[in-house]
Amino acid sequence: MFPSLVDRPDSPAETWSVTELTAYIRELFDLDLRLQEVRVMGEISNFLQARSGHLYFTLKDEQAQLKCVMWRSSAERLRFRPQDGDAVLARGRVTVYDVGGVYQLYVEGLTPAGRGDLAQAFEQLKDQLAADGLFDPAHKKPIPSFPHKIGLVTSLDAAALQDILNVLRRRCPLVSVLIAPTLVQGVDAPAAIVRALRWLDGRTDVDTIILARGGGSLEDLWAFNDEGVARAIYTARHPIITGIGHETDFTIADFVADLRAPTPSAAAELAVPDLAELRPVLRGLQEELTTRMQTILRQNRWQVQALARALTHLGPQTRLDSHRQRTDTLLARLAQSVGRRLERDLNHLQVAQARLAAVSPLATLARGYAIVRHADGRLVRHVSDVDSGDLLQVQVADGGFGARVVEG
Amino acid sequence: MEVEIAELTFEVALQELEETVGRLEAGDLTLDEAIALYERGQKLATHCNTLLDQATLRVEQLTADGEIVRREE
Repeated sequence: MFPSLVDRPDSPAETWSVTELTAYIRELFDLDLRLQEVRVMGEISNFLQARSGHLYFTLKDEQAQLKCVMWRSSAERLRFRPQDGDAVLARGRVTVYDVGGVYQLYVEGLTPAGRGDLAQAFEQLKDQLAADGLFDPAHKKPIPSFPHKIGLVTSLDAAALQDILNVLRRRCPLVSVLIAPTLVQGVDAPAAIVRALRWLDGRTDVDTIILARGGGSLEDLWAFNDEGVARAIYTARHPIITGIGHETDFTIADFVADLRAPTPSAAAELAVPDLAELRPVLRGLQEELTTRMQTILRQNRWQVQALARALTHLGPQTRLDSHRQRTDTLLARLAQSVGRRLERDLNHLQVAQARLAAVSPLATLARGYAIVRHADGRLVRHVSDVDSGDLLQVQVADGGFGARVVEG
Repeated sequence: MEVEIAELTFEVALQELEETVGRLEAGDLTLDEAIALYERGQKLATHCNTLLDQATLRVEQLTADGEIVRREE
């Protein structure tokens, strides 16, 4: 049926060498024109870039695998860096590699499959939601610093759930967690996520909602680039923290969320305080309490002491002492003034005495004069005052005696 | 204000403790008031420490039947 270019044994009884058989099979591939130019969609795995610059990898889907080679001359024209997990569209020729005993795709062109479409859809939705104000920072709700109950929207199967619970248990076992399980992947995931979000958001005992999913390919995370999910996040009453994929993954949900964490664990960290950090705060407050109380007690003691001192100053003893001192002062002043008065009086007396002495007839008598009086006391001043025989009284300095007038 | 301390959440107790310290610092209190505040503050601090020591994460989950069940980790 096929015009063979290969020399081959004609009879079934003859034996082929491996080379002959392999060459024959390769010929079958090479004769099929459809295999000379194929486009095939698949996910890259076992990607290897040889030192030579040639690329070796496997394209796979759910049920099959296809070995691929891309020579350096083609690889150099690539506009992206292929890696495991990438969904790609490969173009090339399928033939047999005799030495390896395998058929493989010799890739001439490689483009990210679907990614172009997804990226375009992503940008379109992002632009539209941005225009609608869904990413407006002013709309973002503050995250409670001390939540009582965390609502958790994630898949029960994923490691992300355990990561989150571990972080919460370590940092803040005071909170409780309410999980609303959801699909996080596939066509039904967006509706399921919206349902879970709405259910948690309707509860009054929930303070903060975490929307989380572990790492995955762009397609795996696609449910979080859904407009319905974005709007459910935007209209929620409770603040929502997203922790989707890895550090480098940004989804629409991340842009709308009140807070975007790079991973599920990081979302848990941002949702609750670290109680370990609060212990020293608590200790500090308790010490402050004691210090303040001691200060207040000391102040009160000082006040009492000050009042006691004041009381002593105002007491009866102090007043008595004060009176006593005043009395002494007054007495001293009295003595002083009386003394001065006495002195003055004495002076007066002496002056008076001197003056008295100056005018006293006694002084005249002392000089030898005498005062002559009649018996009845009349002074005898003139001869005519007496008659012969009169009895007169003569006073001299140291006394007196009687005398009789002999002739007159 | 005089709520039974044992019923306070950690957050509320911590906040009241902060306020209590603040009021003691502000002064203008009678000695009786200060002592009452100090005693309540000490009880609040003890309550907070007890809550921290005894806390265990409580995890609940919504089932497909729409019930909320406790998860045992």
